[in-house]
Parts: sequence; C-alpha cells; structure tokens
Amino acid sequence: MRFVDEFRDADKAHALAAKIAALCEPGRQYKLMEVCGGHTHTIYKHGLEDYLPESVTLVHGPGCPVCVIPMGRVDDAIHLASQPDVIMTSFGDMMRVPGSGGSFFDANAEGTNIRMVYSPLDSLKIAKQNPDKQVVFMAIGFETTAPSTAMTMLRAAAAGIENFSVFCNHVTIVPAIKAILDSPDLRLDGFIGPGHVSTVIGCRPYEFIARDYGKPVVVAGFEPLDILQSIYMLMVQLSEGRSEVENQYSRVVPWAGNPVALKVIGETMELRPYFEWRGLGFISHSALQVREKFAAMDAERLFRVPGVRVADPKACQCGEVLKGVLKPWECKVFGTACTPETPIGTCMVSPEGACAAYYNFGRMNRTRVAEAAQASRS
Amino acid sequence: MSSSWIDQALAEHKEPEHDELDAGGRRQLPLADREQQVLDRIDRARRRRPKVREERITMSHGAGGKATHTLIEAVFLDAFRNPLLEPLEDAAQLALGGARIALTTDSYVVSPLFFPGGTIGDLAVNGTVNDLAVSGATPLYLSAGFILEEGFPVADLNRVVESMRDAAAAAGVHIVTGDTKVVQKGKADGCYINTAGVGLIERDVSLGVARARPGDAIIVSGPIGDHGITIMLARGELDIEADICSDTAPLNGLVAGLLDAVPEARAMRDATRGGVATILNEIAKDADVGVLVSEDEIPVRAEVRGASELLGIDPMYVACEGRLVAVVPAEAADRAVAALRAHPLGEQAAVIGRVREEQPGIVQLKTAFGGTRIVDLLVGDPLPRIC
Repeated sequence: MRFVDEFRDADKAHALAAKIAALCEPGRQYKLMEVCGGHTHTIYKHGLEDYLPESVTLVHGPGCPVCVIPMGRVDDAIHLASQPDVIMTSFGDMMRVPGSGGSFFDANAEGTNIRMVYSPLDSLKIAKQNPDKQVVFMAIGFETTAPSTAMTMLRAAAAGIENFSVFCNHVTIVPAIKAILDSPDLRLDGFIGPGHVSTVIGCRPYEFIARDYGKPVVVAGFEPLDILQSIYMLMVQLSEGRSEVENQYSRVVPWAGNPVALKVIGETMELRPYFEWRGLGFISHSALQVREKFAAMDAERLFRVPGVRVADPKACQCGEVLKGVLKPWECKVFGTACTPETPIGTCMVSPEGACAAYYNFGRMNRTRVAEAAQASRS
Repeated sequence: MSSSWIDQALAEHKEPEHDELDAGGRRQLPLADREQQVLDRIDRARRRRPKVREERITMSHGAGGKATHTLIEAVFLDAFRNPLLEPLEDAAQLALGGARIALTTDSYVVSPLFFPGGTIGDLAVNGTVNDLAVSGATPLYLSAGFILEEGFPVADLNRVVESMRDAAAAAGVHIVTGDTKVVQKGKADGCYINTAGVGLIERDVSLGVARARPGDAIIVSGPIGDHGITIMLARGELDIEADICSDTAPLNGLVAGLLDAVPEARAMRDATRGGVATILNEIAKDADVGVLVSEDEIPVRAEVRGASELLGIDPMYVACEGRLVAVVPAEAADRAVAALRAHPLGEQAAVIGRVREEQPGIVQLKTAFGGTRIVDLLVGDPLPRIC
C-alpha cells in the first residue's frame, strides 16, 4: 500500500537499528520519552522495541487523551448523559473508560443514550434528527482534536442549531510536559515529540525543553520508521552533546503549526485556570473551556455539573506510569485486577494507553532483533 | 453501582506472596526477573475461572471477544454443563443410533439487512452450514426462525427469503422447519433470523482445536476481513468508499476437498466475529500451545487493509463469513494448501504460521516491520451487529 509500506520497510529498520546501536556509549543508559499515545501504540503494534539496544529504553508519556481524564470527569459526563432528553456523543475510545460507578457502556445498559461518533460533526446530524433532545458532545483530546470541536461549534452556530452543546475536556500538551520535566523522580534524556499535536501547534512551543532543560526533542511521525529515525536523531544529538528541537515529521508538521486551526480554537475556547489530570493532579492553564461568547453551547453552563472529585484508587499507579516513573508491568495491579476487560486505570483502556499497549501487544518474552541475528550467525 | 467494583476486583486478585518492595514501591529483583514474575502472575490470573462482573449486559458481551467468552463460560456453560457442550466447538457432535451427527445454531442480527455481496438471509444459511462443515460434517437440514418487527416491508422479507432459498440450494441443504414471531414496532430492528442445522459426520475424522500440536501448520483459506469492512462501509456512517463485498459463502465444498486430501487435519474453524485473531487465541488456549504467525503471510485485500488503516482497526480481528482457519500436521501443509487452492473459494489459501511449544496460551505475530507482538483476544468489538 502506497504511503504506508514505505514507512514499514524492515531492511531500512535494520539499517537504522545498527546506526542507533553504534551511537550508544558503553555503560550509558538512554531513557527517551515518547510523549504521544499514538507513538506508544505504533511502538507496540509493530514490535519496534525489538530493534533497540538494551541500553535504550522508551518511556511512555502522558499524551493519551483518554488516559488523562480523571474519574470524576467521567462521572460528571455520565451525570450529564442521565439528564432527561439528553443524547451524549463520544469517541469510541471513551466508551469503556471507568468512572467510579462504571463506564459509558455500563451507563447505557442502565438507560442513558451515549452514542459513538467518528467525528464531532456527526453530533450535529444527530442534533438535527432529534430536535427535542439536547445533544452533548463529550469533547476530549489535545490540540489535535480541539480544532474539530471548534469547527463543529462554529458550524452549529452558523446553521442555527440550538440543541447542541459541548462538554469540554480538551487539554494542552505543553503544561503536561513541563509537569513531567519538573517531577523530581524522573530522569529522561530526550523526547520523541508528539506529531499530531504539532501539526496544529508547530514545533516552537517545545523550544523551552531544549533551551531551559537541556533535553533534545524530535517531533516524530507515526509510522514505525518515523519513530526509529527520530530515536536515531535524538541519539545523534545526545552523542554530539546538543539539545535542539528537530522536526522528523516535516512532511506533515509545519514549524509554525496550523494558523487556521489555532484561530478557530482561539475563537471558541480559552484556557481554564486549572484542570485535573489523571495521575498528574491539578495543572494550571492546562486545559480549555468554552468561551463566554459560546455559552449557549457549553454543557457546563447549560447543566449543573456536579464537578465531583474522585480520588484514584490507591492501588492504581496510572500517575507513575503516565510520568514514566513506572513501566506498565511494574504497577501493582497490572494484568491481574486491572486488565483491558476490567480496567481500573485509564492507561488500560485506550489502545494508546501505555498499559493497554503493553498488555495487548508486548506481554511476552522479548527477543531483540540483534540477539536473534547473533544467534542465527553463531 | 458504586466504586465498590474496584475493591472487589482488587480483593479477587490479591496475591498471597509478598514481593520485596523498596521505599518507592518497586520490587528489588533484577529487571528481567521482575518482568517475568509479573508475566507469570498475569498468566495465573488469566487462567482463573471467568466471572461476569457487570450487573447488566453491555454491547461488549456480544462482540465475540473476551467479554463474550466470559459470558459463555460463566453463565451458559456453568448452567448447561455437559460433556457434549464443554468443548465449545462450532457444532456439537452427537452419536445417534450409530450415526455421528453435528448440531449447531446461530442467530443473525446484522445491520444493514442488505449489503454488497449478500443479505442477512445468505449469512443465516451460510453461517450455519459453515459451522457444520468445519466440524467435519456434511450439512443436511436447517431450521429457520424469524423475529419480525411490526411494519417490516413484506417485499424486504421476500428478498431475504429468496436469498436464503438460493443459498440453501448452493450449499445443498434443505430448510425443513421454521417459526415466525412478530414484535411491536421498536422492539426489534426489522428482521432477526435464527437458524439451526444438522449434518452427518461420515468421515473418520476427529477435529478440535484442542488437538493442535507443536509443529503444526496454521492455514487460512483466503483474504481476511472482507465481510466486516463491507458491513461497516455499508452502514454509510463513514465517508469511505471501497470496492469490496462480503465474502459470505458456503464452505462445505472447500472443507470436503481439504479433508479428502488431508484426513489427518487437526482442526478447522470458520472465522466470523472476532476474526482470525480470535481463532488463533482459541487454538492457543484450548490446546495449551503457543502460536506464531507472520503478518507478511496473512492474505488481506488492499481495500480492506486501506480501510483498516484509516479506521485504526486490525484486519486480524475483522469478521469473515466465508473463510476458515485450519490446523494440519506440518508434513501435510503443502497438500492442504494445494487442496484449498484447487477450490474457487480457496484460491488465496496460505500457511500463515505454526503451532509451537513456547509461550503456551499466547499468540505472537511477527510484524511486517520485523518486530514481534502479541495478538490477544479483543475485549469488545468496535463494530456491533456484524452478523
């Protein structure tokens, strides 16, 4: 398949792997964080870790939109969905995220009408078909999905659709990265920068990471060779003692981002003073809310949202996993009480969550490609 | 419901032994050993008796993945347990007056009722015929039960029934008994069909996924995922167009050819809900063996691959309605592939992997990229009502 197979070429992967291995200084350990859940998914889906030398460890970061939603927010959403004459729409990923009383699927079994949509625009179709209902879109995601929520609001306004609103849970990536950089129990050598987010915000917002924290950043694409090449680019920077922001994904990511997308976000949403992230706690200016001008489309203004705070279950170590302090399997409940079937933590729900990716794809005795090659030679 | 579900889950999985923990809560064994310890612990947890945790049925229970398996084992098998049911094969095998009979049943709730390549009627006949065929039986007689919604157009019913008549003729079976119920508008979605089928096992074969042995070859009879992707696109909810149609077809001819050539075949399953990945997991679990397949060898049409890439789903989990997975001894692999390819429905048959001793219970995929990963059972299907 064109534009896919080129980026999954095993021969090129072998060549890159050898170049990465050659850059490793003996005795040195390298910890690189892929910020984005999409990267985590690619890494596990294609078995990319098999190509890395043992001294290079990938740490899975907080960039999975579903994983950072706190339980209280899920409870709030279910509360909204249980109001009379409400249809809630949500991305499929969100359907199985557990709140304190169960997931959207469980809520539907008890009578709510929460429908899966592929695009927020589908919510408008549903709103038109059900004029006597209020259609609330459960908006989640980083700057990647915020523009499509914004566009939906603008279209609803233009079309005069009055029974559509947004329960806004959009978050922003930079404050989360900063929280991780400031977390005392973590040592990282560099970042594989989020590709999709950067199509919107560009590469400039990461400059502080290189400048103030001295860590290299390479914005990466989502095919396995993209990621392997980004790791190589990080290793080159580390071996040369540089820390810069580089763009591996230049075929898609413009350095300055997408001004049109940024404009529509700015038109409809503004920063919240603070927002709770699962496992990371409250981070100031880390999320978006609907602007006053669009109050009629803000579910938080239209309905009384209880705003419950639910403490994460003590046994759940999603926070440590999101910060990259623990590997998924190091969590006490990983794979036993917490599985994709019965997820306790959000990292186990989304295919982009580090725990789900490891459980579904990586739970096995790994044979590294280099070892296998060596074994076949000897 | 309250958050007590979390406490319950934790209590059930409390581990008796205590690992040495340091101040940060991390265990103090070497990294690789600690990881292995966790893998073992997970393995134990997975082998425990399944339990339905939910208080109500959710869509996941019908998706053919883990939740469906849990429901079947914890509710149905628990209540009906008997030696004929217990293997949970596609059809039960009975001895009646000296004859070996295969009996199976299946319900069809696909939406939409009509789609490129077939109708709910085709599925209702072919699905049951295939469950009998892969059990080694010659399908003979079917029943047909209809649940119709008030207001359903008779013209549509005629179309469904005609497709059933034609499918039955093509498969060489007769529909010999039936039932009709009508429910009020809104209590069903147009038309649901249940079929049951009986077949005669004349061959001296003994098939079952539990019979898979290390070294055996795993074969699929053709490109996978056509049906699931067709249905998804036919719903018109996605702005994607592709030139594909459902692979719904009766497999009894194909199976007969395979069993003529390879009477020592170990097992066959037709890949429906949950796709080929689910069957591979059933083999690994029921025979307590490892399974290793190679992504490069698995036939997938470019259209199916393209749509799957766009939608972020894995063709390995997408439903087929006219493909089978066979396990045969290694030395019979070429013979089996040749026999399948001799039949029009098996032209693209291929060996996709093998059964092995290592990592019992686990299906591993060698990716086209050159890495390896697990292929587990899905929890829920993103595509409900596929058949």
